[in-house]
Amino acid sequence: MSQNPQLNDDGSLRHLLTIDGLPRALLMQIFDTADGFIAVNEQEVKKVPLLRGKAIFNLFFEPSTRTRTTFEIAAKRLSADVINLNISASSQSKGETLLDTVDNLAAMQADMFIVRHAQSGAAHMIARHVAPHIHVVNAGDGRHAHPTQGLLDMFTIRKYKGQFHNLCVAIVGDVLHSRVARSQIHALTTLGVPEVRVIAPETLLPTAVEQMGVRVFHDMEAGLRNVDVVIILRLQNERMRGARLPSAQEYFKYYGLTAEKLAFARPDAIVMHPGPMNRGVEIDSAVADGRQSVILPQVTYGIAVRMAVMSMLAGN
Amino acid sequence: MPYINAPLPSAEALIVQLAALIAPTLTAGTVLVGMHTGGVWAAERLHPLLDPAMPHGSLDISFYRDDFEQIGLHAQVKPTHLPFEVEGRDILLVDDVLYTGRSVRAAMNALFDYGRPAKIRLAVLIDRAGDRQLPIEADFVGAVLSVPPHQHIHLVRDEEANLSLKLVNLT
Repeated sequence: MSQNPQLNDDGSLRHLLTIDGLPRALLMQIFDTADGFIAVNEQEVKKVPLLRGKAIFNLFFEPSTRTRTTFEIAAKRLSADVINLNISASSQSKGETLLDTVDNLAAMQADMFIVRHAQSGAAHMIARHVAPHIHVVNAGDGRHAHPTQGLLDMFTIRKYKGQFHNLCVAIVGDVLHSRVARSQIHALTTLGVPEVRVIAPETLLPTAVEQMGVRVFHDMEAGLRNVDVVIILRLQNERMRGARLPSAQEYFKYYGLTAEKLAFARPDAIVMHPGPMNRGVEIDSAVADGRQSVILPQVTYGIAVRMAVMSMLAGN
Repeated sequence: MPYINAPLPSAEALIVQLAALIAPTLTAGTVLVGMHTGGVWAAERLHPLLDPAMPHGSLDISFYRDDFEQIGLHAQVKPTHLPFEVEGRDILLVDDVLYTGRSVRAAMNALFDYGRPAKIRLAVLIDRAGDRQLPIEADFVGAVLSVPPHQHIHLVRDEEANLSLKLVNLT
């Protein structure tokens, strides 16, 4: 078996669990494939027959609307059969273990599991457990990774900026609790972005975040200077334990992205947000709906990127 | 890939011949669609010889191939670009080589997902006659060739954009 549990011996993708450790060429192949699916999403019949007859299970142990829906749309546009399971409401409350749930679904001839779980490493555990023909996609595990979100963010950057090799990208906000930020940082450094910054108060940064290859700023004016891409993270109220912040109002005053703060970045800078947004907390409505915002295109591109990932996995 | 030295027709000459065959049959609504990758190159060369004002596009059939289960997704998916309504059009589909007919089947399925064409006709530079696996024939053929099953014939484009046909042994 290959060193990386996500890869087959020939280097092709078997599972998508994290962007960490994936080669640059594989990321570019995903983006090129996603480019092909953009056209499918503009067809009169928004469907191709690639995954006809495949059963894809959306296993969501944690609530999600956007991610679950875009995975579902992507799978349906590939002609797969999609089964959505809201696990928190069923077997787990009756005491079934995670792997027993997975074994039962595998016995129903599942071909792919899309897994969202509050525990870091849940998708890895399932990937190690399943039979060789079953593929696993991590749709977010605890604070660890959310690789398809990271990939769709990079795909959006490539669409608007054309390349990665001379960009300055700033990630603003709650990096500490954010699996999205971790996936973005791994992707940006793998793709050769020369300067990746994080801007946040000390209390919202993981210890030794510099070791991930980022420059740390605590001030928006300095941190946004000469930036080409601004990625705003959601303030994760449901993950906040204890008093990391005085108040949402005070957070907005120092770190909320307003038109005044955005003016420190390059005039052609794009603004991204993985959603859902807290307007007036991490981002001002005037910026979220402004001409530099690419937040809705991110959602659209997310479908093409997830189609690319699922079709590459199913074919490998 | 090591090319086999064998006398093959000139691709450039075949394109001129093909254009002469097609030209008298063009209607006002005809559009040109090249199949990636050889068919796109051939269609680009046919286009000015036929009618420079005729709309033309390109089609990638990777998502419609019937060998996905065996070989997975084609590594180089090229964007499909059809800058016109497919609904009700006369489509002239162009490919470099017609062999089993499976690519043409996939191309027709792909086109129908964009709309219902009034007519689809097929033009190919090379027809590998006798090797069909589906009931599909071309309307316009540059040359008919008999190629052994262990060999593959395809179109290549050099740095000066000149087209030529090459023969390779399949390993």
